[in-house]
Amino acid sequence: MRSNHDRDKGGSGGRVTSLAMSSTPTSSASLHGWGRTAPTLAHVTVPRSQADVAAAVRAAGPRGVIARGLGRSYGDPAQNAGGLVLDMTGLARPPAIDADTGVAVVDGGVSLDTLMRAALPLGWWVPVLPGTRQVTIGGAIGADVHGKNHHTKGSFGNHVLSMDLVTADGGVRTLTPDGPEAELFWATVGGMGLTGVIVAATVQLHRTESAYFVVDTDRTRDLDELLALLTDGSDDTYGYSAAWFDTTTTDAKLGRAVLTRGSLATRDQLPVKLRNDPLKFEAPQLLTFPDVFPNGLANPATLRAFSHLWYHKAPRRQRGAIQNITAFYQVLDLFGDWNRVYGSRGFLQYQFLLPFGEEPALRRIAERIAASRHSSGLNVLKRFGAGNQAPLSFPQPGWTVTVDFPVAAGLHRFCDELDELVLGAGGRLYLAKESRTTGATFKRGYPRFEEWRKVRDEADPDGVFVSDMARRLELTGR
Amino acid sequence: MIDAVGNPQSILLLGGTSEIGLAIVEAFATDRPMRVILAARPSERLDAAKVRVEKLGCAVETIDFDARAVDTHADVVRKAFAAGDVDVAVVAFGLLGDGEKAWTDVDAAVELATVNYTAAVSVGVALAERLREQSHGAIVALSSVAGERPRRSNFVYGSTKAGLDAFYTGLTEALRPHDVGVTVVRPGFVHTRMTEGMKPAPLSTTPEAVAAAAVDAVRNRREQVWVPAPLRGVMSVLRHLPRPVFRRLPV
Repeated sequence: MRSNHDRDKGGSGGRVTSLAMSSTPTSSASLHGWGRTAPTLAHVTVPRSQADVAAAVRAAGPRGVIARGLGRSYGDPAQNAGGLVLDMTGLARPPAIDADTGVAVVDGGVSLDTLMRAALPLGWWVPVLPGTRQVTIGGAIGADVHGKNHHTKGSFGNHVLSMDLVTADGGVRTLTPDGPEAELFWATVGGMGLTGVIVAATVQLHRTESAYFVVDTDRTRDLDELLALLTDGSDDTYGYSAAWFDTTTTDAKLGRAVLTRGSLATRDQLPVKLRNDPLKFEAPQLLTFPDVFPNGLANPATLRAFSHLWYHKAPRRQRGAIQNITAFYQVLDLFGDWNRVYGSRGFLQYQFLLPFGEEPALRRIAERIAASRHSSGLNVLKRFGAGNQAPLSFPQPGWTVTVDFPVAAGLHRFCDELDELVLGAGGRLYLAKESRTTGATFKRGYPRFEEWRKVRDEADPDGVFVSDMARRLELTGR
Repeated sequence: MIDAVGNPQSILLLGGTSEIGLAIVEAFATDRPMRVILAARPSERLDAAKVRVEKLGCAVETIDFDARAVDTHADVVRKAFAAGDVDVAVVAFGLLGDGEKAWTDVDAAVELATVNYTAAVSVGVALAERLREQSHGAIVALSSVAGERPRRSNFVYGSTKAGLDAFYTGLTEALRPHDVGVTVVRPGFVHTRMTEGMKPAPLSTTPEAVAAAAVDAVRNRREQVWVPAPLRGVMSVLRHLPRPVFRRLPV
């Protein structure tokens, strides 16, 4: 890894630079997403420079090319059967952060974890963090990821000042959100890597006095009480907010939840012993799960027991607790390879969005899950704020719900039923989690799909960029 | 692409009028419509099959395929893949023939061997090439328990299925590193046009049951299935019986 920074910072957009040809070795690898489903074989290369990326894109064969980061998307957007996959983790020089302005210039393969560890000592905070920090900058832009602060800060694309994109012609274009190629910028935000390869980005960080949160916790009897709490106006007083809810309980306990909301603590809010080192980043990895878990360990009985414990271990009502990022935000980052718990058959994460006003549909979906043979332990409900202008960006004003299902007999039919409820209520599915819907169903949730498709096709008329997801959901031409 | 829960987007049926083959197509399509390619000789039966599958919401294409014309197979498979990736290829064509004629009439014997074995190998090689290129997908090959232990009454048929079974079992291993799955399905007596008028053997089954087992195998990436499932144990016992005992059995 080189430590020197010689790349351009974000410019005015529209510039196309030709890069010298170079070649990097490729190997064959079977790739799958975080859900460990539907593996396919691809040629994988690890570019070490923008020139390597450009050369690889130019040399892509008939089955095209796609960039892959840390493989945290649940389905198949970062795999390309029979084609080329660029492992972007080799393009990851240490981030360059301006300590005065909080502007970070970051390679596409740098993880948010690395960016966070570089930014915090300078008093800067990564503005959008999803449930794991183990995602790359390229992936965070490509999926336009969101976090618990979506209702206050929007999604990742909102904080990108510029990005360098290697396009199908092998040139690199610097794009800005309102420059001459703004359309391509916004098609790349949420575009799942299908417009090009994000080799670098400039991100605006946010000031923080500490790496801790002041957290309020409320346990609710049911889903209705949860929704009431989230809509009584209090939610906007917290920077961060999300709820875990129970999908194994029914009737009076349907969707009982633990709502945790908080804001970054100021130095003065911290207990005295933490004030000396308020920016200390406590994010250890306790253990890595071995690949020994049998299929069926995560079953209705164990998930019900887990849900019961999770609900009852939470305080009924707590105010002003000081928590670090792992406790409040990214509990699963304590465990490496936690997806192995679901066994070799893998699992899928079903995340959808319902517009405000569709609460009855939300309740029906919770009932359907509780009544089905399919159980989920890790369920999140969050209130979204305003969306951004990217045609394929997932967040919109409304409710987003995430549930994890172990792959089991009949799950395909059950998910199709959920699709009907979600799409029927004007909702949509999230591509970073998606692994099994149809192209038609996906597009039904994204009325601006054709607009995106047009910009994409202009930037890549020959369909150089393609992934298993693109083939499955017919997002591109081939 | 075959998705996370095993739904394919496209399926190629070699033996486009095969009852078991069509039942497999229908079993997948009932869950989710697909692009379907029926490969068979042009006939009214093929037209009827197309209409039947279209009724399930599938886009159906037919291509001319003659199992006997082995030298055309590479071309047929190329045509089948021309419009895009094929997620599941079902090798479903086959003849039963007359058991006595099959070992006394050289033409009948060679025809059985050609259609059931040589042609199955020929399309298998062509499919393997395409599937390796696309590096995903699945093959379903219809074998038979008759291939597990030859019986006096239909041993030529049994020998062709034994050959097919061995070929596709080996192909399973050859294609594994390419993330291409192969499933060998071993049904017992299936009530179809092919077996009409014959006395059903014990544990007889239906095309729909065979289809359900095949679909389940593709969804769960299982490589070998018996239909009905208890036949696995039964055949294991039968395979090991001494010949003097086996030849006295009413099977």
